[in-house]
Amino acid sequence: MSDRRFTLDWLVLPLIGMAAVVLLWVVTCSTWAPDLPTPARTWEMSKLYVLQPFAKRGEADQGVLRFAWYSLVLVCKGYFLALLIGAPLGFLLGTSKLLTRIFDPIIQFLKPVSPLAWLPLGLVLFRKSEPAALFTIALCSMWPTVVNTAMGVRAIPQDYLNVGRVLRLSRWDMLFKIMLPATMPYMFTGFRLSLGVAWLVIVAVEMLVGAPGVGGFLWQEYNSNIPEHIILCILTIGVVGFVLDRLMSMVENRLKAA
Amino acid sequence: MDEHLLVMRGVSKEFVQGDRRVEVLADINLTIHTGEFVAIVGSSGSGKSTLVSLITGLQKPDTGTVEFAGKRVTEPGPERGVVFQNYSLLPWLTVTDNIALAVNSVFPQWSKAERRKYVDGFIQMVNLSHAAHKRPSELSGGMRQRVSLARTLAMKPKLLLLDEPLSALDALTRAVLQQEIARICSDERITALMITNDIDEALLLADRVIPLTPGPNATLGPSFVVDLPRPRDPEVLFHSNEFRELRARVTTHLLEMRQTTRASAKPARPLPDVLPRHDLRRSLIRTSSKLDG
Repeated sequence: MSDRRFTLDWLVLPLIGMAAVVLLWVVTCSTWAPDLPTPARTWEMSKLYVLQPFAKRGEADQGVLRFAWYSLVLVCKGYFLALLIGAPLGFLLGTSKLLTRIFDPIIQFLKPVSPLAWLPLGLVLFRKSEPAALFTIALCSMWPTVVNTAMGVRAIPQDYLNVGRVLRLSRWDMLFKIMLPATMPYMFTGFRLSLGVAWLVIVAVEMLVGAPGVGGFLWQEYNSNIPEHIILCILTIGVVGFVLDRLMSMVENRLKAA
Repeated sequence: MDEHLLVMRGVSKEFVQGDRRVEVLADINLTIHTGEFVAIVGSSGSGKSTLVSLITGLQKPDTGTVEFAGKRVTEPGPERGVVFQNYSLLPWLTVTDNIALAVNSVFPQWSKAERRKYVDGFIQMVNLSHAAHKRPSELSGGMRQRVSLARTLAMKPKLLLLDEPLSALDALTRAVLQQEIARICSDERITALMITNDIDEALLLADRVIPLTPGPNATLGPSFVVDLPRPRDPEVLFHSNEFRELRARVTTHLLEMRQTTRASAKPARPLPDVLPRHDLRRSLIRTSSKLDG
């Protein structure tokens, strides 16, 4: 019984949703958007890239997962930079009201700035595309980590801190044995959201700097007028983003259960 | 052994709530001797937990002094071990690790093996060896409170503070843990101060019971010495005349104190002086005024 319920909820119902989208796609192609490639044509043109996902036939002609891998490597670098700066910053803001008052307005003001705006500044600062890309990814993706970590620190139950005080824990032990583990679940929510933003930013960054990767490929195929590959790239970005989010929330749930 | 372990003199504590100041505790005087088990009985909201916070040093008194072993209390420390009402176990650590955290920080000079053995001993003392590797979320309320008790006892405190340790538990678990606390405290010759809202519990465990008037301005009443033989079996105890008489005296005192505070308490806002016109209500008022004398 429960097994059938599971198949319905996690397989049949999502498949209905996907079928509906494909149907809409087909209808759109055959009515008002003749330039939009049909699903069949998209598959025909993308087959080579999907079936040989790691092939390298030239700089601009590589398997789709190989491109995704390039993007992921860049995202990871920028993302870890964001965590490295964001988590301690969030911790400081969480522990000090004074620092919160000083920096909160700046954070609120920087948060909504688009990656497209940061990238040119990064290029001016670093003169090279990779550091500029990392700068942009880190700057855009760090805010959820900062905000959630600070929130987690503020939410540490007073009881846990009292236990630490009665035991006369050193500052170091207080931080690593009580405050950090107590904040972990919140921090991981921040990490997950940050990873989502980082993946979102990478495409824009690659398009602007022309770096190899899914975003770069997408822009190149637009310029070569192959719309089928644009759709392929969009699907790849979506799938990779989805997988990343699932992985992070698995880790997050394990932490919360603990 | 008649050393004054804890001495509180003229202690008061107030809280600021918005623009109002509420004096929670007023003129608290308390002396605890080494080896004693003292129980403070009071209804909820009478500032019992604040009293514990002042003794642990988690809060500082506004006036008066708290002295422990001849020294003024300025900060919390393991020599005044406290078992909190809500257990306060760290949810990411197992039973063993929760206790080990305390042992590691109180006895850093011991070897790893020594500490490990010591921790296991305390887990055994509270009968939790089978659950040593579980996390608090996998334990029942009673088991969590056992862990909390073991953690506190493992710090070898000179004074064990029990802040309503059993009030969140069901009656049966409560009875079992009362017996266990009594056993451990007499086996290990522990000096203890227990805060509770249960007069039976206080009389069952303590050498001395002190009522706390209902707040605000809560203060301690006179001590009632509980001179009942140990070990105390609740089955026998609850039916003995000595116990009943003592219980009646403490209860009467608590009720009397409540009435005097009611009478002296001034309402924050003047209330309209109206009486409902209802027969039942009127008859109740008549009876209660008769009781007041």
